[in-house]
Amino acid sequence: MTGPDAPASSAPLPLAGGAGGGLSLTSPMAPADNASPPPTPPASGRGDYVPEALIATDIDGYLAAHRDKTLLRFITCGSVDDGKSTLIGRLLYDSKMIFEDQLSALEADSKRIGTQGQEIDFALLVDGLAAEREQGITIDVAYRFFATEKRKFIVADTPGHEQYTRNMVTGASTADLAVILVDARKGVLTQTRRHTFLAHLLGIRHIVLAVNKMDLVGYDQAVFDRIRLTYRAFASDLGITDSLALPISGFKGDNVATPSEHMPWYSGPTLIEHLEQVTVDADADAARPFRLPVQWVNRPDLDFRGFAGLIASGTVRPGDPVRVLPSGRTSRVARIVTAGGDLDVAVAGQAVTLTLADEVDCSRGDVIAAAEAPPEVADQFEATLVWMADEPLLPGRPYWLKLGTQRATATIQPPKYQINVNTMEQLAAKTLELNGIGVATIATDKPLVFEPYVDNRTLGGFILVDKLTNATVAAGMLNFSLRRAQNVHWQALDVSREKHADLKNQKPGVLWFTGLSGAGKSTIANLVEKRLVVMNRHTFLLDGDNVRHGLNRDLGFTDADRVENIRRVGEVAKLMTDAGLIVITAFISPFRAERDMVRAMMAPGEFVEIHIDTPLAEAERRDVKGLYAKAREGKLKNFTGIDSPYEAPADPDIRIDTTAMTPEQAAALIVDRLLLGV
Amino acid sequence: MTVRALTHLEQLEAESIHIMREVVAETARPVMLYSVGKDSAVMLHLARKAFYPAPPPFPLLHVDTTWKFKAMYELRDHMAREAGMDLLVYRNPEAEARCINPFDHGSALHTDMWKTEGLKQALDKYGFDAAFGGARRDEEKSRAKERVFSFRSVSHRWDPKNQRPELWNLYNAMKAKGESIRVFPISNWTELDIWQYIQAEAIPIVPLYFAAPRPTVERDGMLLMVDDERFPLRDGEVPVERSIRFRTLGCYPLTGAVESEADTLSGIIQEMLLTTTSERQGRAIDHDQAASMEKKKQEGYF
Repeated sequence: MTGPDAPASSAPLPLAGGAGGGLSLTSPMAPADNASPPPTPPASGRGDYVPEALIATDIDGYLAAHRDKTLLRFITCGSVDDGKSTLIGRLLYDSKMIFEDQLSALEADSKRIGTQGQEIDFALLVDGLAAEREQGITIDVAYRFFATEKRKFIVADTPGHEQYTRNMVTGASTADLAVILVDARKGVLTQTRRHTFLAHLLGIRHIVLAVNKMDLVGYDQAVFDRIRLTYRAFASDLGITDSLALPISGFKGDNVATPSEHMPWYSGPTLIEHLEQVTVDADADAARPFRLPVQWVNRPDLDFRGFAGLIASGTVRPGDPVRVLPSGRTSRVARIVTAGGDLDVAVAGQAVTLTLADEVDCSRGDVIAAAEAPPEVADQFEATLVWMADEPLLPGRPYWLKLGTQRATATIQPPKYQINVNTMEQLAAKTLELNGIGVATIATDKPLVFEPYVDNRTLGGFILVDKLTNATVAAGMLNFSLRRAQNVHWQALDVSREKHADLKNQKPGVLWFTGLSGAGKSTIANLVEKRLVVMNRHTFLLDGDNVRHGLNRDLGFTDADRVENIRRVGEVAKLMTDAGLIVITAFISPFRAERDMVRAMMAPGEFVEIHIDTPLAEAERRDVKGLYAKAREGKLKNFTGIDSPYEAPADPDIRIDTTAMTPEQAAALIVDRLLLGV
Repeated sequence: MTVRALTHLEQLEAESIHIMREVVAETARPVMLYSVGKDSAVMLHLARKAFYPAPPPFPLLHVDTTWKFKAMYELRDHMAREAGMDLLVYRNPEAEARCINPFDHGSALHTDMWKTEGLKQALDKYGFDAAFGGARRDEEKSRAKERVFSFRSVSHRWDPKNQRPELWNLYNAMKAKGESIRVFPISNWTELDIWQYIQAEAIPIVPLYFAAPRPTVERDGMLLMVDDERFPLRDGEVPVERSIRFRTLGCYPLTGAVESEADTLSGIIQEMLLTTTSERQGRAIDHDQAASMEKKKQEGYF
């Protein structure tokens, strides 16, 4: 289509922007007809509800100014109690998005059922969801729209508590920014942490902490500062670097659209100002390497073959070298075709059709990428999953996986752990239920072109679909790919383990200490090592806590993680015995199966299992690290002996009864047994 | 070189195009519902851009009531030809046989027979499994929560408890045989966005949106245009010529006009921005009963 067509009747059809108009990047803004627009009047005070004067006096000037607005999507997090609906209603009201018929209905409703006496109850503007909830209608996210001079805004509003995780994740998936509301009287609550965690999980880069209801705490700076600092400490623990705290009153309007007269101590931007200024993610996406997931191949005739899609990241120009993935074939961009004419450049967020210089195989699901910086291709991943269906995750069951424009069959391993969204704790989990969030390994039946979610939402975010019901059951975020051990061969070495041991004049081995937390493993192991060193033995002590600071820092305390923890320590211990060392390990290692697994790794006779046998009651009485107390209070999950089992060795090589001897006596006994065989 | 950020209209356009391409790629037999209003006009324009240089790979479907304004029929036929698309016009044969009309049967039955039933019949007749509609989330409060992909059972019922979450720009179009999807590619557009886009892209719209002197009568608090000889005048009613225009277009006996002098797009936008009533006030369908849209949607109306 080339130019505007005459309308079907003779009615005038004013045209703007010239023939073909179009929204190409290069088309200049149409100049306003009116050369000297009257000055914009000062912003109206709160309460009077008048549209901008420029609309009445110079509509073309107004439209020209509004043509090039950008778009910001954000999410509001909080409950009705935090004044969320009131704030959204206030934003709509202050940006003049409410019509008189709505306003008069609002005023009537405010007096009838509002909670603010004779004043306008802004919450009524956006509620109406309560009634629907009663009718049993599932509401996940409601989207609202408003605009200011500088930007158009789409607000994702997620009501409800029961479905909160699912709803908020849905709303956050498209948001550039999150407004996290707290009630100034209550400060940072568990739900504040939950909202922040979820926003961060979904990759929202900009967080606004809106400390609301400042009018109810006398606009007190000390209250605000206390909340701000508490929140900042928490946010930085999560790795959030960009957060801004704002003292506001959604009800009174302080620092929403206009600076508050009541809080002269606050000199930062108002909420609207901040929303207008913040950088949108599309800008950051444009700076990354080019990726176009192919949606559809456009083939109207034999002479044209175009690849249509939405640019996920980067910029593209005719002549750019590109690589088609997963095949890896390369070509160059020939044209960027749009109905408004070919483009010289296109950026992330634009829907385009590319033609390539060569006849390369390319179809829906392929990704056209910058040739010199292509994304990865893999079929096994670690992913974070958010479960959204009533039916829980069934590990091993095949689900459809949709990632960008790719579709594959995926199977999911039992979760490595589940995350408690209130405490950020990692919990053991065999599955994921509705609203559960966990980390699991995923395998697909064909290679997927992907990027980690933190780098690229489009190539890292996916959904899982039940093959029977076709319901969307989960949202997922790829963390990284797992490289298989294929093509890795064993290399023969000339210096043998015997040579290493001979040099040290000792027989290598592993002294494997096992026992409850607080049983005395580390204490005794340390004394044993000191005795051996005095005797010129070459030793190394692998301590459970220390290893979790480094090698195993990525592991939690779920059953699966405990297994992996022991497997890794076993492998390390084995390498050290190969080097001729006497290795001392101090790990709870609660499961028999894993201790046997390590024994099987070692050369015969080199694994010595030492059970530091302290009764649970005694270990809990000592509680050197205060962990039992925490576990009893429920603050520590999966704690061995409390809510996670300890399987004592049936026949240890050495058993130490710590109620019958001191640590020194125990160490002496162990060394004697080892070296003297007594 | 730094590239400037996309404008809000560019982003909305890209989102709509993305949605349309997904539907074409993932469904067997899509169709675009074309009601000839301004939202339909924008939707059709977006479809032509999405698949350029090919014509949109689906037909247009007009579920006709025979009671549309004459000017709408004219533009409809013109635009379909222009776009190189097949135009399917479907009229519910039962409604046609019984001469269902809003004057004798009321707006509720008229809408149910012609539009709700007509749409279901048409989709079944042609076997469409996905239908684009021009609804927007900002039209009324209950639509704010509406999804872009709305699933319908084999009997076209909308099950509000069984809709799918929509994350990122990933749409799940998978469905069982016989089930269908209504897709709303301009969900995130506001009325102002629509008008700004029509202006920026010079999209042809029905002339009735522009003010002109037209014969009118006042009835039930609405200003109705006497579009043709089928308009039965009540006792004492004499058509009066007023300068009027329409903010929304449906069946002419059901759509109220507003008195206006706005005969340019800028004028229309100006009037819209200065106006003090919301868009749907001119439609009788909403006044029929409380929460009427919600109910109609469950029954299969858009």
